[in-house]
Amino acid sequence: MSVIGRGLSKRFAKAARPAIHSVDFNAPSGSITTLLGPSGSGKTTVLRIVAGLEIADAGNVSIVGEDVTAVPPERRGVGMVFQSYALFKHMNVADNIAFGLSVRKEPKDAIKARVNELLELVQLDGLGDRWPSQLSGGQRQRVALARALAIRPRVLLLDEPFGALDARVRIELRDFLRRLHDETHLTTLMVTHDQDEALELSHHVVVMNEGRVEQAGAPHDIYDHPATPFVAAFVGGANVLRGHVTDGRAEVGSFSVDLPTGATEGAAATAFVRPHDVKIAPVPDEGTAARSVTNDAPEVALAKIERLVRVGGMVKVTLKLPSDESMTVEMPKSEIDALSLSEGDRVMVDLRQAKVFVEDYAI
Amino acid sequence: MTRSNATALVTPSRRRSLSSRGRIFLRVVTAGYLGVLIALPLLALLATAFEKGVSGAILAIVSPEARAALWLTLWTGGLVAILSAILGTLTAWVLVRYRFPGRAVISALVDLPLAVPTLVTGLMLILLLGPTTPLGDWLNAHGLRIIFAKPAIILALLFVTLPLVVRTVEPVLREIDPAEEESAATLGASPLTIFRRVLFPALWPAIAVGTLQTFARALGEFGSVVIISGNLPRRTMTAPVHIFGAIESGEPHAAAAVSVVLVAVSVALFVFAEHRLRARPT
Amino acid sequence: MTTPLRRRVLIGVVVVWVVFLVGAPIIALTVGAFSSGFGAVLEALSATDSVSALAFSLALATIAVAVNTVFGTIAAWVLTRDRFRGRTILLASVDIPFAISPVVVGLCFILLFGPHGWFGPWLKAAGIQIVFSWPAMALATVFVSLPFVVREVSLALVEAGTDEEDAARTLGASSLAVFWRITLPNIRAGLLNGVLLTSARALGEFGAVLVVSGGIAELAETGTLFVFRALDDRRDVAAYAMALALAAITMAILGALFVVRRRAAHSPVRTREVLR
Repeated sequence: MSVIGRGLSKRFAKAARPAIHSVDFNAPSGSITTLLGPSGSGKTTVLRIVAGLEIADAGNVSIVGEDVTAVPPERRGVGMVFQSYALFKHMNVADNIAFGLSVRKEPKDAIKARVNELLELVQLDGLGDRWPSQLSGGQRQRVALARALAIRPRVLLLDEPFGALDARVRIELRDFLRRLHDETHLTTLMVTHDQDEALELSHHVVVMNEGRVEQAGAPHDIYDHPATPFVAAFVGGANVLRGHVTDGRAEVGSFSVDLPTGATEGAAATAFVRPHDVKIAPVPDEGTAARSVTNDAPEVALAKIERLVRVGGMVKVTLKLPSDESMTVEMPKSEIDALSLSEGDRVMVDLRQAKVFVEDYAI
Repeated sequence: MTRSNATALVTPSRRRSLSSRGRIFLRVVTAGYLGVLIALPLLALLATAFEKGVSGAILAIVSPEARAALWLTLWTGGLVAILSAILGTLTAWVLVRYRFPGRAVISALVDLPLAVPTLVTGLMLILLLGPTTPLGDWLNAHGLRIIFAKPAIILALLFVTLPLVVRTVEPVLREIDPAEEESAATLGASPLTIFRRVLFPALWPAIAVGTLQTFARALGEFGSVVIISGNLPRRTMTAPVHIFGAIESGEPHAAAAVSVVLVAVSVALFVFAEHRLRARPT
Repeated sequence: MTTPLRRRVLIGVVVVWVVFLVGAPIIALTVGAFSSGFGAVLEALSATDSVSALAFSLALATIAVAVNTVFGTIAAWVLTRDRFRGRTILLASVDIPFAISPVVVGLCFILLFGPHGWFGPWLKAAGIQIVFSWPAMALATVFVSLPFVVREVSLALVEAGTDEEDAARTLGASSLAVFWRITLPNIRAGLLNGVLLTSARALGEFGAVLVVSGGIAELAETGTLFVFRALDDRRDVAAYAMALALAAITMAILGALFVVRRRAAHSPVRTREVLR
């Protein structure tokens, strides 16, 4: 029941650049695949092409091995949940869920039974005669989900399923969706701009930017081995340090980082450093000791703590580097407390355990 | 490789055929509806106006009667547009910002000219101000001629165009937070300064749309004017009434020539107001 | 920010302005019509020619509503949901009837279908009478009331958006099913608005119908033509009574329009108005 897109391209009328360009992806059967990217990256366009709501200028879509490129949406057998939910305002909840079955002219009793079954599945028992306007955001979302599931789709498509909800409901629904998927194992293709959602919910992630696929793979793969600077910066919110290549090493900010051999001397280099990969420690002794450490290990630099912000169990530390660049570090509250650090303190910043992705390019 | 080439060749045509036949049918229906009802009549008008060449058309327009009628229509229309812009904006502001007894009645009265047939409007004004009514008597005794004179034309035009400025300005005004005006007032701005600096910048497109539509509408008004203006050639005969006279006396060419002037001005202004000034949701 | 005095002055100016401009003429018509007694008005309205004039007006309005509802809805759909070359020109042309003098509208149809018009000779050979007969009056009425349905339905379509239609399609509904079951219920209020405005405009049309009727007395008269001729013949009571009846009908239609608008108004908008 996999969904495969091959070479999908689409340019909207009067648009300066294509919405998507030569996009390939594979959403394997029974898993949750996420298209992750910032707004305008073309991910929703891909989803709408899979649903048949947009027609690609080039490329093919196949669902369960069948080429559906020329099949209209009403015959694709996909269930889609829209960002706005798109509930039919003039129908009550039960009629909304029954819609797909009633246009298929299924017998009334069968529809009724199926609607009740779905109401139970999405935990909305007894709310069948409510109107969409009487429901909360989370309830509407679940009605939209039930409506999409009612037609027993081959594939479930979710467009920013949690976009319009507040934080608490988002997390609740995320868990709900995960449990639902564990029960149904329905092949799911989801679109989101939220990396937490993508990494937590999905088995496969396709990162998109400016209409192209940047990287596709398992969530931990994407996170640990970003293939492009964009992925490194977008997934994980890395610090960006700029510099250039000197003696086969990247001199970025106040750090010097190892490079694989063959880097072009003098080329510009950009390093991406994850906030929680950075270790900081108090300066042991003002002056000489610190200098000797930084001399021994060029991946260590001195910095000043500009701000300390406690967010729950984590602390966000904003550092001012000698090169005047800022860097954000995240660490558990307990660790900061153990080091008894506070704003204005000078610290040593250690990138030795950090994953630093260096991209070098000639100017 | 061969397979993918084959699909690349086949799919575009299949893609087009999805639902596009239905779409094209609906486009043709739409173009036919608007073409037959709107474009074709206007083409006939243009062709007739210029059937004796450009000079023939100009000759019909510069005849003393036609020139006087066009001039009368233009200046009364302009005057009414200006009056409507001022009083209409004020009316919209009062209706949006104040709650007072009878507000709903005033609001309903503003919309009434939309409903009243224009001929009936003319008749109403005769019954209000005509020579046989008490008010008309009194006005006559004081030497004020309204009915069968130019003031009647202006009054009728003000009546039929009343909703235009009010109803375009009102929704825009409702979107402006009164707090903006209030905060300007606390900063020491005078009411005039507030209007000029706070309200006008936000309102002017709506006021312009309403004013241009008022002018365009005034140029074409016939029903109310024809029975109250007296229709004296070169004195109180407006352009639409002049066109009517030309049709009745069997001069379709002259009628068409003067019509083209009216249509060109009012259509240009109206379309400009609707599609350039007013931000359209489409 | 407004002192009580300024408030009173501004309200006073607006009330006097609107009441004198609109209220007074309407009262004058009512008083004028009933000055020779309630019975006289009823009598004038129940005369055969009055009744047939009103009926003819209603018939023309019905034709205008039917034509403009069907084609206007299609046009609105095409202009908002479809994209193609020439769309903006069609979009702008929809408003033209609002900007053209009714007299010019009548003239245009005479130039097309009159004895010396483009199709005149052809129509004469075929034995079809359009100008100086009811078909031209119907055409003129359709023309002047054309923009209402297109505009109202376009607005409703834009406001409804395409999400619900898209959702219905993915759920298996055919294009026709989507239109009947999703689009139409969503634009119902807009459509009704358009129909009411169309009928009010059609009933009140005078100039265009006058021109194409050619002033031939034996022809079927509309309500407004009846008023015009009755005034000419000094049948004042008949003229006033018919004018009052026409005004009452069109005002009732406008009243119905307000009820529809109020019902259709979405609750957030209403709350915002209350909060102000």
